[in-house]
Amino acid sequence: MKLKSLLVSLGLLAGASLVHAEDPFKVGFVYVGPVGDLGWSYEHDMGRKGLEEYFGDKVETTFVENVPEGADAERVITQLAKSGNDMIFTTSFGFMNPTVKVAKRFPNVTFEHATGYKLSKNLGTYVLRTYEGRYISGVTAGMMTKTDTIGYIGSFPIPEVIRDINAVYMGAKSVNPDVKIKIVWANTWYDPGKETDAANALMDQGVDILLQHTDSPAPLIAAEKRGLRGIGQASDQSKFAPKAHIFSVRDDWSPYYIKQVQAVMDGTWEPKDFWGGFQDDMLTLASINSNLPADVRAKIDETHDKIKSGEFKPFTGPITDNKGNLVVPANHSLTDVELAKVNWYVEGITDEIPR
Amino acid sequence: MDSDLIIQILFAAIKTGTPLLFIALGEVICEKSGVLNLGQEGMMLMGAVVGFLAAYTTGNAGLGVIAAMLMGSIMSLIFAFLVLHLGANQVATGLALTIFGTGLSAFIGSGVVGQTLQGFQPIAIPLLSDIPYLGRILFQHDILVYTSFVMTFVLMFVVNKTRIGLTLKAVGENPHAANAIGIKVLRVRYLAVMFGGVMAGISGAYMSLVYTPMWVENMTAGRGWIALALVVFASWRVGRIMLGAYLFGLASIMHLVLQGLGWSISPNLLAMLPYVATVVVMVIISADKFKEKLLSPRSLGKPFDPRQMA
Repeated sequence: MKLKSLLVSLGLLAGASLVHAEDPFKVGFVYVGPVGDLGWSYEHDMGRKGLEEYFGDKVETTFVENVPEGADAERVITQLAKSGNDMIFTTSFGFMNPTVKVAKRFPNVTFEHATGYKLSKNLGTYVLRTYEGRYISGVTAGMMTKTDTIGYIGSFPIPEVIRDINAVYMGAKSVNPDVKIKIVWANTWYDPGKETDAANALMDQGVDILLQHTDSPAPLIAAEKRGLRGIGQASDQSKFAPKAHIFSVRDDWSPYYIKQVQAVMDGTWEPKDFWGGFQDDMLTLASINSNLPADVRAKIDETHDKIKSGEFKPFTGPITDNKGNLVVPANHSLTDVELAKVNWYVEGITDEIPR
Repeated sequence: MDSDLIIQILFAAIKTGTPLLFIALGEVICEKSGVLNLGQEGMMLMGAVVGFLAAYTTGNAGLGVIAAMLMGSIMSLIFAFLVLHLGANQVATGLALTIFGTGLSAFIGSGVVGQTLQGFQPIAIPLLSDIPYLGRILFQHDILVYTSFVMTFVLMFVVNKTRIGLTLKAVGENPHAANAIGIKVLRVRYLAVMFGGVMAGISGAYMSLVYTPMWVENMTAGRGWIALALVVFASWRVGRIMLGAYLFGLASIMHLVLQGLGWSISPNLLAMLPYVATVVVMVIISADKFKEKLLSPRSLGKPFDPRQMA
């Protein structure tokens, strides 16, 4: 990371001295984890590579990995903006305020922030409909669990994670009325040690199917060791747990990155809040394990197809929260704006959102 | 909570406490000789990354541990040379060692981030593992955990009952007196520091080969610092270090367990527990100046030059 930032500043010097008529379009990426996390940041980097492959010499990309969410992020984003990048993607929720600040200072650079909700004239946001994958995960977990207890390792209690927990529970409940969900907050996006502790704490308490909103394969490895099952997050994590792995909900960012870079090149880019899911091929089910029972496999495919075709939307009313309030009226599906504000647990989750 | 759950929590506490136990055992020996090494975290990280690299390339976890021990001792030798030979400030040198180890380990491990390997598998000890309750808590671990048990008892014996232990304490309490009766003070300190390095290496290897069999930058997450607090917590007694390590281990997993049970306590507050415990013990110990002096090795952190008189 240090080396990378050095290269970035060298790039700044080089960019200042060499002015070409046909400069490539420069795109910078900021990752919260290492590109080798084989989860969230890894997939963003795959998206970056997809971008390079598609545009060839017309595009030049840089990335900075392992950027902490906070003051450091602002420094890194500023550096990328200064070093002549035409477009910058910041790929974690915690980069929101730093991105907003830097975007204000560099009006000629286009910014895109993943999973956030603040827009400005040169700042757009993009997010995955991860809840679609979570719903399928929930259906699968609900069918597979023998203890009627599924576990969820949360990262931080932000709307995205709360929404996904709800989606998992609704999915599980739709096939198994007795199912319970146990939630543990690890307060990290990536810390294999803590994720292992969290996984073991859940399994000790009767959880036999693990879901996670953290990015390392550690929980799957822990499940494999104990002969229990888990679902991969963000990228294909099957190789870490050949027996335990049920499937992975894989993020695919390249279609979006290609589309947006093209839009800026063409001058048609507008700040938008974009939501991509199975329909946009930005989510896929990867490496569905061949050791699943046939009925589970059939149900996975059925749910997947219904969501992909748009026939079924997980957050369709009536939905009551666990305090008894009607949060989604009958015949209404939450809009994207409403989805971004989910701050309740659905009825049946016997837990409270930490404040 | 049923008894099954309690057993599993205690089992997990031992697993979580083991890296702390290894590194704190090393540090206590080092401190008993009068040398304060704040480079624990750096040595541990280097042990973790080198152990992982060795095990990953050879496919043999045992070789990984040996490589980690070697790496730990090399790191500690750098430290020992600077503070014992050149008389550098122990606190500053130790801090530098941690910063150095953190950076270097991230650099040499960048190629294997996200890889995983088959670490040590648990071995149930025949007969002992059949003891009700205790058997499941203590005797169904992996080889490194058993090593830490044996290590603790061997060190308790060596420090309290043998001539080696006496020599070590003499050097740490009053190096000039020890020197006068013919003990080679610097040699004893070199060995004690190296022992600390070897233990830090094993501790790191435990993290990257057993606990979470993968390498990630900064994966020890401050355990080296907790170990330093643990030595004070245990008031420099080997036996108490074992107890303390498991208590700290328990405290660090308790917040996850309680969340799973549905307690609505802020997880951040619970995650703070081990650190609060350390501060409380430090306060209790240092409240009594006389007691503090009695407990800590008297020449801790002071350089020794045989040419100078006491």
